[in-house]
Amino acid sequence: MRYSAFQIVRQALRGHQGWPRAWGEATAKPRYDAIVIGAGGHGLATAYYLGRNHGVRNVAILEKGWLGGGNTGRNTTIIRSNYLQDPSAAIYEKSRSLYETLSQELNYNIMFSPRGVMMLAQTEHEVRGYRRTAHANALQEVQTEFITPERVKELCPIIETRGPRYPVLGALWQARGGTARHDAVAWGYARGCAEMGMDVIQQCEVTGIRSANGKVKGVTTTKGEIDCDKLAIVVAGHSGVLAEMAGFRLPIESLALQALVSEPIKPCMDVVVMANTVHGYMSQSDKGEMVIGGGADGYNNYTQRGSFHHIEETVRALIETFPMISRLKMLRMWGGIVDMTGDRSPIISKTPMENVFINCGWGTGGFKAIPGSGWATAEMVAKGAPGALAAEFGLDRFREGRFIDESVAAGVAH
Amino acid sequence: MSARRIDGGRLIDRTKPLRFTFNGRKMEGFQGDTLASALLANGQMLVGRSFKYHRPRGIVTAGPEEPNALVNLGKDKRFEPNARATTTELFDGLEARSQNHWPSLERDIGVLNDRFARFLPAGFYYKTFIHPRPFWKHVFEPFIRQSAGLGQAPRHRDGDTYEHVNVTVDVLVSGGGISGLAAALAAGKAGARVLLVEQSAHWGGRLDDAPDIDGQPAETWVAETVAALTNLENVTVKLRTTHSGVYDHGYCLAVERLTDHDPLGPGPRQRLWKVRAGRIVAATGAIERPLSFAGNDLPGVMLAAAVRDYLTGYGVAPGRRTVVVTNNDDGYRTAFALKDQGLEVPLILDARSDPGPVAEAARELGLKVAPGKGLAGVSGKGRVEKAAVAAIDGSGAVLDELACDCIAMAGGWSPAVHLWSHAGGKLHWDETDAMFVPDPDKPPLGADGKAMVRCVGAAAGELGAAEALETGWAAGLWAATETGHKPKRGAGPKAEPDEETPIAPVWVMPRGADPEKRAKMWLDYQNDVKVSDVELAQREGYESVEHTKRYTTLGMATDQGKLSNINGLAVLADARGEPIPAVGTTTFRPPYTPLTMGAIAGEARGDLFQPIRRTPMHEHHERMGAHWEPVGHWRRPYAFPRSGESVEEAVNREIVNTRQNVGLLDASTLGKILVKGPDAARFLDMLYTGMMSSLKPGRCRYGLMCSENGFLIDDGVVARIDEDTFLCHTTTGGADRIHAHMEEWLQTEWWDWQVHTLNITEAWAQIGVVGPKARDLLEALGGMDLSEEALPFMSWADGEIGGFKARIYRISFSGELSYEIAVDAGHGAALWEACLDAGESLGVMPYGTEALHVMRAEKGFIMIGDETDGTVIPQDLGLSWAISKKKDDYLGKRAQDRLFMTDPNRWKLVGLETLDGSVLPEGAYAVDDSKNANGQRETQGRVTSTYYSPSLKRGIAMGLVRHGPDRMGEVLTFPGVDGTETKARIVEPVFLKEAGA
Amino acid sequence: MLILTCPYCGVAADETELAPGGEAHLTRAGVESSDEDFEAYLFQRKNPKGVHFERWRHANGCGKWFHAARCTVTNEVFGTYPAQTLEPPKEILDEIVARRPGWTLETGP
Repeated sequence: MRYSAFQIVRQALRGHQGWPRAWGEATAKPRYDAIVIGAGGHGLATAYYLGRNHGVRNVAILEKGWLGGGNTGRNTTIIRSNYLQDPSAAIYEKSRSLYETLSQELNYNIMFSPRGVMMLAQTEHEVRGYRRTAHANALQEVQTEFITPERVKELCPIIETRGPRYPVLGALWQARGGTARHDAVAWGYARGCAEMGMDVIQQCEVTGIRSANGKVKGVTTTKGEIDCDKLAIVVAGHSGVLAEMAGFRLPIESLALQALVSEPIKPCMDVVVMANTVHGYMSQSDKGEMVIGGGADGYNNYTQRGSFHHIEETVRALIETFPMISRLKMLRMWGGIVDMTGDRSPIISKTPMENVFINCGWGTGGFKAIPGSGWATAEMVAKGAPGALAAEFGLDRFREGRFIDESVAAGVAH
Repeated sequence: MSARRIDGGRLIDRTKPLRFTFNGRKMEGFQGDTLASALLANGQMLVGRSFKYHRPRGIVTAGPEEPNALVNLGKDKRFEPNARATTTELFDGLEARSQNHWPSLERDIGVLNDRFARFLPAGFYYKTFIHPRPFWKHVFEPFIRQSAGLGQAPRHRDGDTYEHVNVTVDVLVSGGGISGLAAALAAGKAGARVLLVEQSAHWGGRLDDAPDIDGQPAETWVAETVAALTNLENVTVKLRTTHSGVYDHGYCLAVERLTDHDPLGPGPRQRLWKVRAGRIVAATGAIERPLSFAGNDLPGVMLAAAVRDYLTGYGVAPGRRTVVVTNNDDGYRTAFALKDQGLEVPLILDARSDPGPVAEAARELGLKVAPGKGLAGVSGKGRVEKAAVAAIDGSGAVLDELACDCIAMAGGWSPAVHLWSHAGGKLHWDETDAMFVPDPDKPPLGADGKAMVRCVGAAAGELGAAEALETGWAAGLWAATETGHKPKRGAGPKAEPDEETPIAPVWVMPRGADPEKRAKMWLDYQNDVKVSDVELAQREGYESVEHTKRYTTLGMATDQGKLSNINGLAVLADARGEPIPAVGTTTFRPPYTPLTMGAIAGEARGDLFQPIRRTPMHEHHERMGAHWEPVGHWRRPYAFPRSGESVEEAVNREIVNTRQNVGLLDASTLGKILVKGPDAARFLDMLYTGMMSSLKPGRCRYGLMCSENGFLIDDGVVARIDEDTFLCHTTTGGADRIHAHMEEWLQTEWWDWQVHTLNITEAWAQIGVVGPKARDLLEALGGMDLSEEALPFMSWADGEIGGFKARIYRISFSGELSYEIAVDAGHGAALWEACLDAGESLGVMPYGTEALHVMRAEKGFIMIGDETDGTVIPQDLGLSWAISKKKDDYLGKRAQDRLFMTDPNRWKLVGLETLDGSVLPEGAYAVDDSKNANGQRETQGRVTSTYYSPSLKRGIAMGLVRHGPDRMGEVLTFPGVDGTETKARIVEPVFLKEAGA
Repeated sequence: MLILTCPYCGVAADETELAPGGEAHLTRAGVESSDEDFEAYLFQRKNPKGVHFERWRHANGCGKWFHAARCTVTNEVFGTYPAQTLEPPKEILDEIVARRPGWTLETGP
C-alpha cells in the first residue's frame, strides 16, 4: 500500500483497521541467493539495494533481536559528509545525497531535515584543520564552507561565541547536512525490502557459518539451517563474533558510546553543532529534545552502558558553549556498542571465506552512512568485488599501512 | 482561600500562608504545599496541554511520575521549563506559567489537532508529508516542531551555582519510607557507613496508610527512627535527595535540591552526590497505574492514591463528589479517606466480581460498592462531569450514569524497579499481583560478581507495611554483612500483616470495548498515546515492545513511561495474543527523574571549566597585552600587539626585529622529560629514530619519535647531561603524551631496563634569546662564557647568568643565533625582566608563537601538527638524515617497511612559492587534471604551512607533493574554495638561506 | 564508572583516575616479523563477549600500568595484577574459573 495523506484519510474513515503490516511475518526458506546478517540500517540498506540496483531479490535479512534495534536506533541522527579523506567523503556524500530523496524513494517519511551542520573551530589548530577540509571538500564535490564567528552566531544564536575559555574562531559549515528520524530509516528500508519479496526474519540468531572448500554454504540459526550463495555480515558491534564463526579476525574493538536527551522545549536551535575541542555535539529533535552526544569509552564493553564521567564532560562542555541549557534537565541517557577499527574508518570488504562479505567498523559515524554503505555493500555482494565507493575500505589496508585517518581534522566525534 | 481546602493536611503549616501566581493569576497556599496541591486548593484543574493533540490536562499524580502538570517556573536567570508541579515545593513569590499552548491555556489554537485526531494516529507522520520534497524542511517540519516541545527555551545564563560531593559508603539506601528506614537502621546499627536519601521533603512515605509499628503509631516510629539514625555517626540522612541512577561497580548519582524550595536562600541550587556504594538498598516504592477507560485523560481523573495524598497530606479535596474505580483493595483506602473527610463517594466501581472483606468494610461505612463493574467512560467539558458505569467484561453498554467532579482510579501498582534495572538487573512478571518485580536470580552485578542492589518493600512488590519492614530490615542486614560488618542479634520492627484480596488486572476498561472507545483511552497522557495506537502499531508489524514504543512514542514523555509503560505493554501483549512476560519491558535508563544539566556540570563552569596552565612569565605577558592562544591547557602569547597595532602587524614586527636585533621567546611550555638510568641510552635509541647513545655529554641532538604504527608523533632536542642522564625536549602539546608513551614502553615492554623518567616541564622556566644580538644581550647580563668556543651550536652548559643559576642550550629553531636559558621556574619572571632590561639598548622585543612558526618555516623546519597530521612518516619530510641506519630497531621501524609506507608515490615535503608572491591559502590542495572513479578531483599535493614572510616580503609555504623533491621548479595549481586558483612553484623548503645559528 | 583496584598503590581507583590501554599480553612483533604477524600485533584484537584481559594505567594516581581481568558483558572484575608479566597469574585464573565454571584461557594470538 502506498502511503499518502489521502490514504490516511481513507483509513481514518475505516477506523485505521485497514493498514497492512509494514513488513511481513516471514519464516525462513531453505535457501536464498543472498543472506544479510543484521537488520540494522546498514544490513537492511544492503538488502534493499541488492534488490533495487542489482535485481537480487531472493534475499533474507536475519536479525537476532528486533530490526533497527542496535545502533540505528541509538544514535544522535546526524547526517553530514564533510570528511577530509577522499574515500570517506565519497561514501558519506553518496549517503547524504541518497538521504535527500530517501523519503520519496521508500515512500516512507524518514524526516530528513537538511538544517545544516556546523563544526566549531575553537583552536588555531582546528581552524587550520577545517580550512583544509573545506578545500578538500571543494574538490570532492561536497559543499562546505569555513564561516566566521559572526555567521556562527547568526545561524545559532544560543551559542556563546566569545569564550571565555574556547572562543569560537569559525566553523566548518555544511548547509546540506542535517538529521533524520533514525528508526524510520530502518523501518522504511525494511518495508522496502519486504515489498520486493525479501524476508526480514527477526528473533533469528546466527550461531554458525557453514562452508565447503573455503566457500560459504549457508548459516545455522536458532530457527534452523538456511543455505545461501552469498553472505553479507553487517552486524556492527557483534562483527567479531560472526567473523570468528567464519574463521577470521577483525581489527575491531567494541566500545560504548553514549548519548542523552533533555526534556522537550520549544524550538531554539535550527542547526546541528559539533564542538570537537570540548567533545560534545548537540541538535534539537523535532519533538523539542536537545539531543547530545560525546566521546566514546576507551575499553571493550558490550553492556550498552557507558561511564557517567563522559556524560559529565560532555554536558560541562556544552554548558560552556550553550549556557542556556544549564537549567534544562537530562531526561534519558543511553549507550550503544560501536565497533572501532584500527584507523576509525569502516570496513567494506571481501573476507578470507569466499562469497562472505563484511560491512562493519563504522564506529561513531554509522547512521549518516546507512544509504551509501548499503549501496556500496550491495554492489560488492552482487558483483563479487568492491566497486569504487568501497574499494579503499578493504581489510588489506591494515596490513599495508594504507589507513583512512579522519582524526586528522575531525577529532573523535562524528 | 478556596473551598477545596478542607481540614487536615499533615504536611502543611496553616500559619504560614504563601503567595504565588499561575499564569499571572494571584493565588495562595501554605508552607508545605507543593505547587500542585496549591493549584488544586485554588480550584485550578486545568494545568497544561498535551504534546500532540493539545488536549486540556489536569493533575493526575502527587509525585515525580506526573505527566501533565509541568510548568514554566520562575523567570530570567532562574527560569526552568518543564518543572513538575507535583514535586515543586511552594515558596513565597513563586511564578508559574502553563505550557504548550497559544495564545492561552484556556483558548489554545493547537487544540485543532485534537479535532483531527482521527487523522493523526500513531506514526501518521511516517506516511505523509513526503511530497513535495522541499515542503518537509520548509513547511511541515517547522510546524511540527512548533506544536511539539513543551516548556519555553531558557534565554538567560543560569543564575545559580551547583556543586558536587564525592562519598564512599558501605550502604546506600534509596527511599525514606518505612522500608528504607528499617534498612538504614539495620545497616547503621551493624556499623556500616550508610547514606539514606529520600526524594521528598518528608520521611515515612505514604504514612497515612501505615498501621502501627512496634505497637506505636507509624508517625511516631518514623520520627524515632529518623532520630536514631541521625544520632548514629556512621549514618548520613538526606531529604530532598533523589537517587538518580545506578551505574557499574556501585557508582551512584543522587541529586540534592538545596534551594529550589527557597530560591533566595544561600549556597548552590543543587548538589550532585557521587556515591560509591558497596551495596544498594532500593526502597523506592511503587507507582500506581491508571486505568484505561474512555475519557481517562479529562482533568479531574486522578490516581486514587494521589487523591488520598492531597486529602491527607495537604488538606485539599480534588473533588467534592468522587467516583472510585478500582481493581484492587487499595482504591478503597481512598474511598475511606474521602468518606472520613465528609466528601461524597457516590460509588466504588470494583472490577473484581468478589472484592471480599474490603467491600464489606466499605458497605459498613455506608459506601456503595459495585462489583464486576467499571467505567464505560467519563465525560465533561474540559473536566470530569459525568461517569458512565458498565459491566467490566462487556463492551461498554451504559448501565448507569453518575454526576461527579473527580475520578479516583486505582489500577494496581508497579514497583519502582528503575535502580535495580539501570545496571542490568532483570525482572519477572508476578502473575498474582500483576506486576514486574525484580528477579532475585538475575540481579545487577557488582565488581565482585555478586548482587549489588536489593529492592525492598513496594519496590520489590511487597505492598504491605509488615512486609516492607521485614524486607527492609533484612536487606539492611544483608548489605552490612556483605560489606564486612557483623550485625548484632536483634529483631527488626514489626507491623500486623494485612490480608488483601488479589488484584484483577484490567488493561482495557471495559474489557470488550470497541475500537472507537479504545481510541479514547489514554495510555501516555503527555504524548497522547492511546490504546488504539498501540493496537495499530501491532497490526502494522511494530510489535516488538521497542518498536511499539518508538512508533507510538509510548513512554517517551518526560515521565519516561512511569505511568504508561506497563499498561501499554499489557495492551500490546493482548494484541499479540501473548502473555505479558513474552513481550517484556523497554530498558530502564538513568536518570530516575530528569536531572538538571547544571548539576551534572557542577562547579566546572567559566574559569573552572578546565584548568589553565600558566608559565612563570604569564603575568608579565598579560601586562604586555599578549594576544593569547590556547595550546592544550596552556595559554601562550600568539603575539604582543602594541597599541594601535593589529595582531598581524605585531607578528611581522616581532619577526623582523628578531632577525635584525634580538627577540625573547617564552619557551617554558616546551616539554622537558628527564630520562635517567644505566639503560637510558638504550631506551632512547628505541624511542627515537636517530641514535642517541652516541651523543656525548654536553651535546644536543635533534630527534624524531614515531608511534609503533610508524607515524611521526613528536620531535625535539635531546641533551645528554651525563652518561646515564638525558633531557628530552618535546613539543608543548606533547609533554604529557610523550611522557606517558615512555612510561608505557618502560613498564609494559622493557620493564627489566633500568630507566626512570620524570616530566619536569614545569620545574623550569625557559627563555629563548634569539637573533644576531642574542650573545650581546647575554653578555650584557653577565656571567658564564657563551662564546662560540665555549658553547658551540648544539651544546649546552650549566653556569650562571645575570646572577641566575642557569642551564643554557645553544639550539635554534629560527636559523638565528639562539640560546635557550633554563632557570628554576621561580626565577623565570625575574630572568625575563632582566633580559628585557639588558636588551633594551639592543632593541629586544618579546615574540609569540606565530613569529616562532613563521621563522621556522622561513628556514624549512617542520612543525609537529602542521607538517604532520598523524599520517606522515619521517621519510615523507626529508628527515631520513634523522633516522639511524645503524640501529636494528626503533619504535615505528617495522611499520615503515610496509607496502604503503615505502610506496614511491607518497607525498613528500617541498617548499612552495606562489608565482605572484601571494600567500597560498591554508589547507589548499594541488590538483591533477583527472577525476577519480568517485568523481572527485585527483590531487597531487597539499599545503601544510603557509605564511607571509616579512623577511622575504612574500608568501612562503611548505607542502607535501607527490614525487615533490624530484620536481623542483614545476608549477602546481591550487584551487581556492572561492573558485580562484593560485599557482605555486616547487622549491627547496628553505626560504631564508643565510645561516646565523 | 568502573572502579578498579591498582595492584601497586592499593587504591580503589575511579575510572577518572585511569587510562584504558586495550588488550593485555600482546607480544611485540619486531623488525623481522611478517606482514601478517605485524598486522595482527598492531590491529587484530581479542574482542570477547565475556572474560577479557586488558591494560590500564593509574594515570592520575601512581602512574603504573596494570592489567585487569574483566567481563565485558557484566563488567565484573576478576582481579587486577601488575603489567610486568607475560600471562595472567594463577590466582586470577582460579578466580575466573570459580565464577565461570568451564572457562579456559584462550592461548595464542
